[in-house]
Amino acid sequence: MKQRPLGDVILDVQNISLSFGGVKALTDISFNVREHEIRAIIGPNGAGKSSMLNCINGVYTPQHGTITFRGQTFHHMNSRQVAEMGVARTFQNLALFKGMSVLDNIMSGRNLKIRSNLLLQALRIGPAEREEIRHREYVERIIDFLEIQAHRKTPVGQLPYGLQKRVDLGRALAMEPQVLLLDEPMAGMNVEEKQDMCRFILDINDEFGTTVVLIEHDMGVVMDISDRVVVLDYGKKIGDGTPDEVRNNPEVISAYLGTSH
Amino acid sequence: MAFFLETLLGGLMAGMLYSLVALGFVLIFKASGVFNFAQGAMVLFAALTMARFAEWFPMWTGIDNQLVANMVAFVMAGVVMFVVAWLIEFLVLRHLVNQEGATLLMATLGITYFLEGLGQTIFGSDIYKIDVGMPKEPVFVLESVFEGGVLVNQEDVIAAVIAAALVALLSVFFQKTVTGRALRAVADDHQAAQSIGIPLNRIWVIVWCVAGVVALVAGMIWGSKLGVQFSLATVALRALPVVILGGLTSVPGAIIGGLVIGVGEKLSEVFLGPYVGGGIEIWFAYVLALVFLLFRPQGLFGEKIIDRV
Repeated sequence: MKQRPLGDVILDVQNISLSFGGVKALTDISFNVREHEIRAIIGPNGAGKSSMLNCINGVYTPQHGTITFRGQTFHHMNSRQVAEMGVARTFQNLALFKGMSVLDNIMSGRNLKIRSNLLLQALRIGPAEREEIRHREYVERIIDFLEIQAHRKTPVGQLPYGLQKRVDLGRALAMEPQVLLLDEPMAGMNVEEKQDMCRFILDINDEFGTTVVLIEHDMGVVMDISDRVVVLDYGKKIGDGTPDEVRNNPEVISAYLGTSH
Repeated sequence: MAFFLETLLGGLMAGMLYSLVALGFVLIFKASGVFNFAQGAMVLFAALTMARFAEWFPMWTGIDNQLVANMVAFVMAGVVMFVVAWLIEFLVLRHLVNQEGATLLMATLGITYFLEGLGQTIFGSDIYKIDVGMPKEPVFVLESVFEGGVLVNQEDVIAAVIAAALVALLSVFFQKTVTGRALRAVADDHQAAQSIGIPLNRIWVIVWCVAGVVALVAGMIWGSKLGVQFSLATVALRALPVVILGGLTSVPGAIIGGLVIGVGEKLSEVFLGPYVGGGIEIWFAYVLALVFLLFRPQGLFGEKIIDRV
């Protein structure tokens, strides 16, 4: 079924605990992500899914625990470092550069890769121009892939929600990430948009071999596309395994459906 | 006709100077979403630094060459503005990431008073002059077209050329370079910018440095026209209507807003003044800004404010 077999562990999260004052957002969470995998983190509202992602991404600093990325262990991550190591993310509540065009938004994902000198860029000469063209070509491929050619020059703020989500994904892809963190990529979408988004995620995983860590609220979609699933509830891990294992886990069922006490 | 042209030109030149100050506001707002109330104080501080170093340099080194002294003073003032930018980021902005706009505005108000006080403590509070050797005498042009020609102030023309060059440079920087794109990205969304590896702190230092350089150029030109004194800090208040008119997020808006207000002030003073008793120049810009706030709050070129419910 998959073109690429699952590889070694690329991201390993060990005993992460995070609290805000007295509120425990995450308690002793451990799981790992293997190369080329689609790994989902699911759970009811407020389960700590986004907090987990924000720890990996360096937005939050967990009080306990370590994160190992490609053999390097960190106690806490720093956003820039994470980006340089090849981790890109999208946002649950869109965080796009609203005043900029679709093209500029996605180009901004290449910022870290552009090396030429400021003066050369301004004058558009020599190596700077060649570099710009190379990056632009890559960005155009992403635009084609996400089927947003017609909106290239449109300011992102004017696009409908579903397309904004695609631009958000496009910007992350432009970083050529090894690991892509998706925070509720299908939230607020209609069925058709959800199907498109699923297709994109599967294609990214298949064609580029990108490892995907995805958070979803809705069980249905996730079970179809993920290789393995972590289930969180009230900041604790209550299940981890293949979709089938998770689906039949009594604790997961009760977290989602509620139990009679 | 010649008189009308003279008035128009005078207005355009005055407008160019407003634009220069307005540009400082726009730059910082565009790149960090902060309305920098301290822009006027930065103009004063930069001008004071330059004026005093131009005076001190010949005293310290004995090199009595005005051009060299001015260049050294300009560079020194640039360095000082860089240090100021870095300190503002390190001591103030860094601690206010993701805070409300009002908090940041209050912080810049604090910076305003601090810079005004510090500037006068270090450099003294007399009136100093910056003399970059601009020709002061007005000349007559277009004498073949109009009888008597049109009176033009050379100093104004040079100032306008400098301002135009600065604007061109900034536009290229913002639109064509990766750093420019990063600046615009940070302005729109801090978190997203961080996620693609843009370091907020460095970007803020860059923006405040650029705004510092713009303040220096504005301070140099205003200072050589009016003398460097405390009242220079209030030119910022004259530039407020300009940013409201042009839009807080638009570099061309700052320029055109400045020109419109400069011309409007002069023309209304000269041609309407006699009927309403004069003094229009003082309030014209503010009334115009008020009208804009009522009917077009984003200004002529600003990004339209769309709020989804």
